[in-house]
Amino acid sequence: MAQHLLHGHRDGGGELPRHDNSPLLELTGISRYYPGIKALDRVDFTLRSGEVHVLFGENGAGKSTLISIVAGAVKPHGGEIHFAGQSLQLACVHHARTLGISAVFQEFSLVPDLTVEQNLFLGSEQTKNGLLDKKYLRKRSTQILERLGFALRPDQRVAYLSRAEQQMVEIAKAFRTSATVLILDEPTASLTERETEQLFDLIQQVKSQGVGIIYITHRINEIRQIGDRITVLRDGQRVATVSAQTSERELVRLMTGQVIDQIFPKIAFSPGEQLLEVNDLSTAGGIVADVSINVRRGEIVGLAGLVGSGKSELGRALFGLNEKTGGSVRLAGESIDDLSVRQIMDRGLFYIPADRRAEGLVMARSVRENIALPALHTRRFSKAMILRRRAEAIQVRELAGRLNLQPLRIEQDAANFSGGNQQKILLAKCLMQEISLFVFDEPTVGVDVGTRAAIYEFIRDLCEAGAAVLLISSDLPEILYLTHRVYVMCRGVLSAELSANEITQENVLRHCFEQQAA
Amino acid sequence: MSDHDRMAVKNETTRGLVARVLYVFQLVLVRWGVLPFLLIIAVVVFALLSENFLTGRNLMNVVRQSTYLTLVSMGQMFALLTGGFDLSVGTILALTSVVGATAMAAAYTAMPDAVVLSIVIGMVAGAAAGTAIGVVNGIGISLFNVSPFMMSLGMASVGFGLALYMTGGTPVYGMPIEFGDTFGFGTLLNLPVPVIITIALIAVLYFVLNWTRLGRYFYAVGGNIKAARLSGINTRLTLFLAYVFCGALAAVAGILLTARLDTGEANIGATMPLLSIAACVIAGVSLRGGVGRLENVVFGALFIGLVQNGMNLARIESYLQIVVIGALLIFAVVSDQLRLRYIAKISS
Repeated sequence: MAQHLLHGHRDGGGELPRHDNSPLLELTGISRYYPGIKALDRVDFTLRSGEVHVLFGENGAGKSTLISIVAGAVKPHGGEIHFAGQSLQLACVHHARTLGISAVFQEFSLVPDLTVEQNLFLGSEQTKNGLLDKKYLRKRSTQILERLGFALRPDQRVAYLSRAEQQMVEIAKAFRTSATVLILDEPTASLTERETEQLFDLIQQVKSQGVGIIYITHRINEIRQIGDRITVLRDGQRVATVSAQTSERELVRLMTGQVIDQIFPKIAFSPGEQLLEVNDLSTAGGIVADVSINVRRGEIVGLAGLVGSGKSELGRALFGLNEKTGGSVRLAGESIDDLSVRQIMDRGLFYIPADRRAEGLVMARSVRENIALPALHTRRFSKAMILRRRAEAIQVRELAGRLNLQPLRIEQDAANFSGGNQQKILLAKCLMQEISLFVFDEPTVGVDVGTRAAIYEFIRDLCEAGAAVLLISSDLPEILYLTHRVYVMCRGVLSAELSANEITQENVLRHCFEQQAA
Repeated sequence: MSDHDRMAVKNETTRGLVARVLYVFQLVLVRWGVLPFLLIIAVVVFALLSENFLTGRNLMNVVRQSTYLTLVSMGQMFALLTGGFDLSVGTILALTSVVGATAMAAAYTAMPDAVVLSIVIGMVAGAAAGTAIGVVNGIGISLFNVSPFMMSLGMASVGFGLALYMTGGTPVYGMPIEFGDTFGFGTLLNLPVPVIITIALIAVLYFVLNWTRLGRYFYAVGGNIKAARLSGINTRLTLFLAYVFCGALAAVAGILLTARLDTGEANIGATMPLLSIAACVIAGVSLRGGVGRLENVVFGALFIGLVQNGMNLARIESYLQIVVIGALLIFAVVSDQLRLRYIAKISS
């Protein structure tokens, strides 16, 4: 059996010992060092066939390194890997794939200019007489997509797909060959509820076929739904391996050493005058249709809704990034409809984008330059075009220290920091000038619990200092525990405004879906 | 201590020395890229090939000959910093030369007494013509989102065609002799005038890039144009200015080269696009934008001047020299990739 798996079975997978409880994959004492960091420190990990084993931990806890080792992308510096009972040294990703170990990473490995089908079979195209067997490829790709229930056409160009759809292609790629070990790294991060349900059905299906699944997620509901066991990592070490029924409180304690109540701070509510007034705002294509909202000083207003509900587009339209086709936006009583980004910023509105890599930071430049960038034109940092570099360095260092940037090296390129710390750099950008209204678009996407708590405190401090905050978020607890008032969007229109006691999980969810059901 | 022990100690120290040299080697490679090594290798090789190479006179010659490429490379750097490039720099040289020489000669013929005035008129006309190409490039790229490749390639053809059309392909004569004597062959404090002008421009551009908001914006727009836009930067204006700067610097080079040649020529600058991009890339300017240092670009241009001079002294045939330059460019890019891989390796 093991022999069969390790050699001569190119397509991977096949029959697996289903009721055999011996582990499919066993890692013992795995270590991996990076300069100055022990990314993994003698970690043990086992994966049984037919189980979903969740890896849980903060960013930088070692999850990514661990799956990279299993996928053959990174070599361990110590420890052993046993696969189906045999000692194994993975040479490369391709080697792992031939054994049926495939991974879906967060960073997509798709070629934008090729079609879905071409991407699915990239590198293993079926040929007939030396030419592409297009008929067969079309049939197979249609089969795969149908089986997964993904609404994609094989001849669509990947560049035209949304991020969620690209994620589906990536997942379909992993399901192309019959896998024995499937690694999913936050696969639902950009999927809608319905797509997520489909994915979970699929996971159940391959689970029953004996595939072992390693699943990384930050979302506790998902663990409940599909997890069997959880291994919690912290600072490169395995803290515990527990059942998926372990309470949220306990999981968070294991992961951070903190208790969950400490994550969401209490935020005082003392609303002041109205600052933002949006009347009947619409954007091109009806993505946002006739939305009216308002935000007062000293209050945090949530903007909830599913992916694609238009909530992000609304935030962008406020900042002049998406074109408005109707309606008006007034900030502190003045119209800001026809102003440039710079002018809007100078009047006190700042939009913090969701995707720090694509829109937030200049990765190849230093932390100092990134943080000072939006305020470079203010008198703090320049005088008649000429930069005050000393003042810049001092102020940026001070702010980075206040936000607990780690490591505190402001001359390092932004690219060298972990996700959570990059998020801190992004947040710091809006603190360099007088801002009265902060628009946060998914401020905690892909960050660990520790950073999450720090970001919430950051938002609390802004609010309590008298600023207005518009929090655009797909993270329900964030909406429930942080906001004073919530607007719910559904398919481009406002479906509800909830305040105080009305902000419950049930209410928010109901209005997210309301019109889809109707 | 026995001989054996002594040997062991000696081995130990040599090994320590080798390790230290290797360490310094790696440090230089990571920090400054391949350029320092290339410079050392070039100097050693050419010094061995020709005894005239390492003389003060020859080195000053190299510096003077490199001024034109240095100016164009610094301009090219602005385009590269914003994530594009400019293939029309050669044409800008040619057009500047032809327009400047024609205007100067015409003014001089009309007013034989007003030497200074006609020189100024000619230089302004040349600079305006060259910069105009940069302005058109900038408008196309920033306003109409034409790719820098197509835009500057198209303008290269437009400019070259205009220069040939104006002159019929023959050199333009009739400029006052003082023009060449001052800006081509003149010296001040024992330094050639073109070198002095170049040094002054290096200082100005260094200041612009490192000490002004605009300089910072070039890096930001090239590094991530969306993030720059969300930070309130006028990205279109920044892109536009990059190509205007590039055109203006190439125009200055064109004027200085015209003074040196004493004629207006439509056939100069053909190798400039390749050489200026090579100088920047060898100096570590990223082709993806956002990364690059002016002082390194100056050394990159000097290095290319050094290699050309060395090859001349070593009597390497001029056609073969073109091969060497192309190979150097590719070598620089390859070694930069290896360097990045090496950095990734030590930081992972």
